[in-house]
Amino acid sequence: MTAVQNATTSSAGVAPEEDRGRTVGKISLARLTWVELRKLADTRAGLWLLIVIGLAAAGTAAILLGAAPDEEQTYQGFLSFGLAPATVLLPVLGILSMTSEWSQRTALTTFTLTPARGRVVAAKLIAAVLIALAATAAAALLSAGANLIALGTGGDGSWHLTADQAGRLLLNQVLFVLMGAGFGALLMSPALAIVLYFALPTAWSALGQMVKRLNDAAGWLDLNVTSLPLSEPAMSSGQWARLGVSCAVWVMLPLVAGTVRVLRREVS
Amino acid sequence: MITVEHLSKRYGSHPAVDDVSFTCEPGTVTGFLGPNGAGKSTTMRMICGLTPPTSGTATVDGRPYRHLANPGRRIGVLLDASAQHSGRTGREVLTLAALTMGVDRRRVGESLERVGLNKTAARRRVKAYSLGMRQRLGLAYALLGDPGVLILDEPANGLDPEGIFWMRGLLRDFADRGGTVLLSSHLLREVEAVADRLVVIGGGRVVAQGDKAELLAASGTVVKALDMPALEAALRRHGLTGTAAAGGGVVVQAGAEAIGRAAAGDGIVLLELRPADSGGLEQMFLSLTAGDSVKEAVR
Repeated sequence: MTAVQNATTSSAGVAPEEDRGRTVGKISLARLTWVELRKLADTRAGLWLLIVIGLAAAGTAAILLGAAPDEEQTYQGFLSFGLAPATVLLPVLGILSMTSEWSQRTALTTFTLTPARGRVVAAKLIAAVLIALAATAAAALLSAGANLIALGTGGDGSWHLTADQAGRLLLNQVLFVLMGAGFGALLMSPALAIVLYFALPTAWSALGQMVKRLNDAAGWLDLNVTSLPLSEPAMSSGQWARLGVSCAVWVMLPLVAGTVRVLRREVS
Repeated sequence: MITVEHLSKRYGSHPAVDDVSFTCEPGTVTGFLGPNGAGKSTTMRMICGLTPPTSGTATVDGRPYRHLANPGRRIGVLLDASAQHSGRTGREVLTLAALTMGVDRRRVGESLERVGLNKTAARRRVKAYSLGMRQRLGLAYALLGDPGVLILDEPANGLDPEGIFWMRGLLRDFADRGGTVLLSSHLLREVEAVADRLVVIGGGRVVAQGDKAELLAASGTVVKALDMPALEAALRRHGLTGTAAAGGGVVVQAGAEAIGRAAAGDGIVLLELRPADSGGLEQMFLSLTAGDSVKEAVR
């Protein structure tokens, strides 16, 4: 095989003296986070997921420019619509970040280099939040470009967007990517986690609408419904409460249970 | 330095590892021998903090693995060469490790070079690697942090004879510079060529351990006679037991003199009477572990 060349033993430059006086510090969380960010994009699956999110965001802007009524062509309109692909697809990245350690068996090397598994989980969650932040920032830039075009083609082109609105759009991204990470950590299998991530909330929504007795509960526990106000111009305290309750169930619960499972699972 | 003390792991009622103790000193290569399913990998995973032991302790340089701040800089681990993301390139796998350990990224190229993976191979995704190339990548990964201790589980699997010879040289060199090596295998001959010490495990228990030379010396005498049934009868009468050896002889756990006298007493013509050396160790290895591999096959 041409890929394997002869290597001489003399080039084995190891210097394993017992005490080399090297100060070996603890691996910082920042370093681990940087590694996890890199892992999100260094495989074909991860890279293409990011590319598709970008292309889809550009696509939504084009659709709005071409088909939406002029008065809907505002910065806020472009942004909330442009973030939709990321809301759907970024959680898949969160799922893969957690599950690929097990499906690709890299947990063995990851946890040998970093035995404190909780720090690896924390780094993955921070990386997921950062990628949501980056996606939102990219969508904000893209929407600004689209809005400029809208101004030129006779659209409304209003730049009105409050900090409150921007913050809620960002929160929406963060919540769903964390929910994906939680499902991934808990289920540990990419296929199972992706299917259940999309199927369970949808099934619960359908059930909530069909079964009368569940109607009330669905109003509090259906994240698909309670997260809708995040993209609207304003949000009431009652809506915040409902969002909080449904997040506890769909985001916090899988994250906590998933972390416990990752900490306990035997690596082989 | 690796210290393993009374390490045990039970899965339900099945003891995978049962009260295993041994130490690996700096400057030595310790061969960890046993048939498949004997508990080698489980022991190694427990040393590396990946599997919690049921009881007992294991330390690296005096500390439990999980308490090492940046373990990759102290101990290089290769437990399974296939456990790498198939979609990453060889270079990317090492780059991630270098970033995690805080090692200069220039070392990635040097490490790849050292294990004989050239630039073309480094750019390829791990999914396209042969098992031999994965072992080389795994060895580069283990050596990347410039550790003083190496733990390698069946590293010769998938390597060609030239590769096995090269790896022996690398490990010998590593130990001669003061490094500690723990190397597992289910093939005695593979380990015999490089190890200073041997730990033989069967059915989760240590069945023999010590210096290779001592174990070889204690491994009995090969004796072959013109009339084998007569020899076996004579040995039995003198309370000496033997196991059949390759080549038609018998390996007896006794000195040459005792055997020679027993044979001479019956006027038996001997064709061979010599220390068993590695052949005897292999016999011991097989006899000590045979029952367990049969059990494994049934399980």
